[in-house]
Amino acid sequence: MRPAGRGELDSLYFSYPNYQFARPAEMDGEIPLHRVTVVGAGPVGLAAAIELARRGIRCVLLDEKDTLNNGSRAICVSRNSFETLQQLGVAARFESKALGWTRGRSYYRDRLVYRLQMPHSDRERYLPMYNIQQQYIEQFLVDRAREFPDLIDMRWQSAVTNVTNGKGEVRLEVETPEGQYALRSEYLLAADGAASVVRKKLGLRLTGENLPGRYVIADVRMDHDFPVERRSFFGSRANPDSTILVHRQPDDIWRIDWQLRPHEDSDQAIAEESVRSRVGAILDMLGHAGPWELEWWSIYTANTLCLDDYRHGRVLFIGDAARIVPIFGVRGLNNGFDDAMNAAWKLAYVLEGAAGEGLLESFTPERRGATLDIFSNAGKSSRFMTPPSRGYALMREAVLQLSLTQEFTQKFADPRQVVPYTYGDSPLTSYRHRDSEFEGGVMAGSAAVIRKSADGACLLDFLGLGFTGLFFVEGKDMPAEIVDCSGRLRAIDHHFSLVVISRKDLPKEGFTVILDRDGRIFDTYAAKDGSFYLLRPDRHVAARWVAARFDEIEDALKIAFCRSKQ
Amino acid sequence: MSEKDGKLPFEDLEKVYDLLAAAVDAAGQEKEALFLAKLCLTLCHEVGELATVQRAIEIARTDLNC
Repeated sequence: MRPAGRGELDSLYFSYPNYQFARPAEMDGEIPLHRVTVVGAGPVGLAAAIELARRGIRCVLLDEKDTLNNGSRAICVSRNSFETLQQLGVAARFESKALGWTRGRSYYRDRLVYRLQMPHSDRERYLPMYNIQQQYIEQFLVDRAREFPDLIDMRWQSAVTNVTNGKGEVRLEVETPEGQYALRSEYLLAADGAASVVRKKLGLRLTGENLPGRYVIADVRMDHDFPVERRSFFGSRANPDSTILVHRQPDDIWRIDWQLRPHEDSDQAIAEESVRSRVGAILDMLGHAGPWELEWWSIYTANTLCLDDYRHGRVLFIGDAARIVPIFGVRGLNNGFDDAMNAAWKLAYVLEGAAGEGLLESFTPERRGATLDIFSNAGKSSRFMTPPSRGYALMREAVLQLSLTQEFTQKFADPRQVVPYTYGDSPLTSYRHRDSEFEGGVMAGSAAVIRKSADGACLLDFLGLGFTGLFFVEGKDMPAEIVDCSGRLRAIDHHFSLVVISRKDLPKEGFTVILDRDGRIFDTYAAKDGSFYLLRPDRHVAARWVAARFDEIEDALKIAFCRSKQ
Repeated sequence: MSEKDGKLPFEDLEKVYDLLAAAVDAAGQEKEALFLAKLCLTLCHEVGELATVQRAIEIARTDLNC
């Protein structure tokens, strides 16, 4: 919603583009069978389309709107997502606009009780978290998608009205300003959000819980001097019975979330005067005395809802179309990117014929598994942010009051921010007995930890389109088998690449080498001379060996391609 | 289940949080104070040392009216 007198897209700081409708071939008598159709040009659908394009897979991207997302909505982009954005080729645009942060503060009765410090070091390429408005997120991704005009067929003002999941193809009915047409596609990625039409037309329902607690979120423009940090307030004089969250965004925009009290009426709470008066009280508490302008506001409830299966034949659900997660811990968008990447690389390999359809069977266990993990974490956060009963309210009060003087309860105020999910039980993760031979490092199934070398070389810059082998060497000699093994791995995955992490500064002809002079990368991966990590295209560890076993590595890659059984 | 210093690890404190919330709800608003008082006495009995209990009472009554 926007203040009276301003239109839906009438923003104080953002100029909404207008995307024209272009008449597709289907409306002039052709009926091509597209390889992939992505429904929904939000951040998740755009990421999927770009990832497919990067892999040379054509797609049609449909969106009913003629512009970007109205309002701001998702604003926190995690380090892991920035690593993904770098692979998509857009991280620099995001970095130049977004505000990065590493810290947060929690207050009880307007006194500081907890200082959040997110893990960070000078060896990280990106900060733990960045704030940026969703319009910019979408804008940068649309701009990137347009750099693939031959691969991404963007169709704005095109609303899906029906979906049929057939045997060899998916059929869509698409409504446009110039009439309807039928569209055929081998696969469909449904990224059409919480109110997914694809989901409804296929007769599928989200199941789970609606958590208690309603929040109003408002964006305000003001010249306010405070570092880029997450601030949360419990029992503040500005909202005594419930919580407040404050985030800084680019362009002097501040995000303010406040929880409604149980007796408050939702319609009343989102009336402009109510929003203004509540924002005024909160800004007063924050010590902001200067002028401010209301940009946009909305209301939400925290839900933990998901599909039982994220794949239905030739349709894969990604982002909010598959599940709705509470905002606490900023998991909606960040996990949506992971959904998009997971679906896109697997689909690309299946469409290329490099992997069997079986590869797609890992999509639900991996991504629904991530959702269920979010639910259990977000459940804890939500029970703290929005106590569901008197017992929980009393416990929270006790914990927060103790935190004024006692350290042992302070961690309860930690926001439990998003961390990438570990695909420990995935059918693509193999050689678990080798994984357990490590003491520490990066577990099989988890996302690779991107750490720069002493010279600033960053593993992320060396990752290609395919699986990557990380081979750790202490000495100057490379085993002869590695060349032979790389060749065999490349026969399974033509995108495969090998990166040698070396402790010594010796040229290794024909190899891509990162020099790990002070051993920090070795330490991160708990690697010894001859250790080997097999990374998936989405940077997760498929399998790892303290001492490389080349026969097993080849088998692990086949397992990940569903060409061999565990 | 305790750490070297004899304190409850944070993961267990989180479990205690949920257990107590559920127990307070089960006791009902009228009986919650009685329930918590009985719980305190039981825990004090387990602690087995007056000085620790006295310190805990001091901590718990700090900031009550903040």
